[in-house]
Amino acid sequence: MADTNTNEISYKVSSNPHVRSKATTGSIMFFVIIALIPATGFGIYNFGFRAVLVIIAAVVPAVLTELLFNIVMKKKQTVFDLSAVVTGLLLALNMPVSIPLWMPALGSVFAILVVKMLFGGIGQNFMNPALAARCFLLISFPAAMTDFTTDVYTGATPLAALKAGEAVDVSSMIIGRTAGTIGETSLIAIVIGACFLIFMGVIDLKIPGCYILSFTVFIAVFGGRGVDPAYLAAQLAGGGLMLGAFFMATDYVTRPITKWGQIIYGIFLGVMTGIFRVFGPSAEGVSYAIIIGNLIVPLIEKITKPVPFGYRRADFKKQKGGK
Amino acid sequence: MPRFTFSGGVHPFEGKEMSKDKPITSLDAGQILVYPVSQHIGAPAKPIVQVGERVLRGQMIAEAGGFVSAPVFSSVSGTVKAIEPRRTVTGDSINSIVIENDFLMEEVRYNALMDWNLASKTEILDAVKNAGIVGMGGAGFPTHVKLSPKDPDNITYIIANCAECEPYLTSDYRRMIEEPEKLIGGMKILLRLFDNAHGIIAIEENKPDCIALLKKMTHEDKRITVKGVYTKYPQGAERMLISATTGRKINSTMLPADVGCIVDNVDTLVAIYNAVVYGMPLMERIVTVTGDAVADPRNFKIPIGVSYREILEADGGFKVKPEKIICGGPMMGFAMFGLDVPSTKTSTALLAFAKDEVAEAETTACIKCGRCVQVCPGRVMPNALAECAEHFDSEGFVALGGMECCECGCCSFICPAKRPLTQSIKSMRKIELANRKKK
Repeated sequence: MADTNTNEISYKVSSNPHVRSKATTGSIMFFVIIALIPATGFGIYNFGFRAVLVIIAAVVPAVLTELLFNIVMKKKQTVFDLSAVVTGLLLALNMPVSIPLWMPALGSVFAILVVKMLFGGIGQNFMNPALAARCFLLISFPAAMTDFTTDVYTGATPLAALKAGEAVDVSSMIIGRTAGTIGETSLIAIVIGACFLIFMGVIDLKIPGCYILSFTVFIAVFGGRGVDPAYLAAQLAGGGLMLGAFFMATDYVTRPITKWGQIIYGIFLGVMTGIFRVFGPSAEGVSYAIIIGNLIVPLIEKITKPVPFGYRRADFKKQKGGK
Repeated sequence: MPRFTFSGGVHPFEGKEMSKDKPITSLDAGQILVYPVSQHIGAPAKPIVQVGERVLRGQMIAEAGGFVSAPVFSSVSGTVKAIEPRRTVTGDSINSIVIENDFLMEEVRYNALMDWNLASKTEILDAVKNAGIVGMGGAGFPTHVKLSPKDPDNITYIIANCAECEPYLTSDYRRMIEEPEKLIGGMKILLRLFDNAHGIIAIEENKPDCIALLKKMTHEDKRITVKGVYTKYPQGAERMLISATTGRKINSTMLPADVGCIVDNVDTLVAIYNAVVYGMPLMERIVTVTGDAVADPRNFKIPIGVSYREILEADGGFKVKPEKIICGGPMMGFAMFGLDVPSTKTSTALLAFAKDEVAEAETTACIKCGRCVQVCPGRVMPNALAECAEHFDSEGFVALGGMECCECGCCSFICPAKRPLTQSIKSMRKIELANRKKK
């Protein structure tokens, strides 16, 4: 909109502010991918080359689904924001290495097409796509999804062994030399990635911290073993807890946006995971806990809206009522 | 020691190095000067000169149009050429007095108070009122109104806003370095008005030399404290600064005086000093000319009313053709349509960017990352407010505290999806305010 009264060159005019931070959706997703490299790398090291195939079988269909969906539906191409890569990678890390390769592919298509794109694309999905796809596969193909035997690991996962009352080696669980899904076994690798995300300001400790803390308390109270450090450590290091707490419970789109909402959400996830693990038939519970948590996010946000600066909660409500 | 700060806020690139060490240079007025009658919040001033009349430097050319208003003074001697609507920085046309400079610089005789230490409070207040002083940090609220609270005895803090939290701006910094005695003098005058008040000079920690200098100059004065506040935008926002320095919190419906505070900007305090000690009306101010498109970033003392083009030309013009020129800082300033608009009492800076980051940033979908909520100093939810604004849901907007937004721009700045949150919220606030006026 040039100034028509003068002949001078027109300048760009927009509302304040006139500067922007460097971060973009793409750069955030890129950091998440970097942060997943230790867990992915350890998974490949632990389970061998087939893990690479599973990862490719999950990531490539995820990216292609988003790409094609946008082309067919004539929508703005969003695949370059890398979120489909993150979804595919997280799904692969949540699968046993022995899975038939068409399953991660099917899961990725489900995650991107049904859970994400049909609900309006990035930012609109109400469930974490990777976890929704994992649960979809768990229900559809329970045997393949829970078969953790490989050439190296012939026994049950540490968590299943724990549930059966057997003894487990906590130190190998922390390093990750155990059976399990590709990306969940190594506590150290996951925590290294998580530290990177925290350092880069992509996530903070509110959700993972509250999640892990409340889970620990729940297990101490209801786990039947009291405050038994070895048992607690095994529960914390076992299964998808760390991967879920740091990488999936913190998914922007499906977690509450408010500070207190995040704290409540974290506690809720810890309690739900505890209930599933202690009272449920399966040793696992993280995936279900998080997707159920996703569903109550709007409710949590509703009750935890921040109080504007300079008000007390009651006063702000009164002021609104008076209008 | 706990840091003096507030929750939220952002750390944009500061860019102050470009002009921070350039001493203030005086700019001579050109041929034509334009004085909009509305350079402040409140009723427009009423012109009291006729076309063709000769005016002197320092002569009142428009009188206050009410209590919440401020007179306007000529900054040169010359002849009134016209009284007509002229375009201003925001793009609006405002009735303005146009004066042709005769370059004689003949001045009126200023009526200084004999000695402000002996003068009565009313005399001091009148001196401020008659000098046309308004908040010079950008808002332009008439200062005498601020200085006339219902109960002067309840004022416990006078805060000198020396934060200068806007990136690139260095005019306040230069003022503090070059004329600290005037700043302190202005503060002492205000302390004279309020017997129970304590003076706080709040400076962002990125100006350690100012902090040290002012501390040295005030260490014997029991009534003045210099406080270094954490360097974070918008530390200089009135409500944030009050909370950072005193711990008192006010919302948008309250005035600083409600919690016993009065906040004034550096330049305003200097103007108060000049008005009371020398009887000088407000007709000069410091403007920073900077940005990557400017040939020689500098700080100018300008006669109010010169056009931005003259300020820029005095500076050597543009180095490269800028995409965007801004009046004020990059976070809250106005993008300008052109340079042929007059400077006013509230012009803090002229900023020229070779590239416009905003036009280059592609807006994508909100991923609910929550950064806007984290950085919002007003503790509202910009993402939710912007959504309400897009649907013109005024009820939801107000219920979410939309009217508490101070339009600081932190949410738009931080948004990784590059959504124009501040813009949406600002427009909705305007609509809501207009609707309220109708009722």
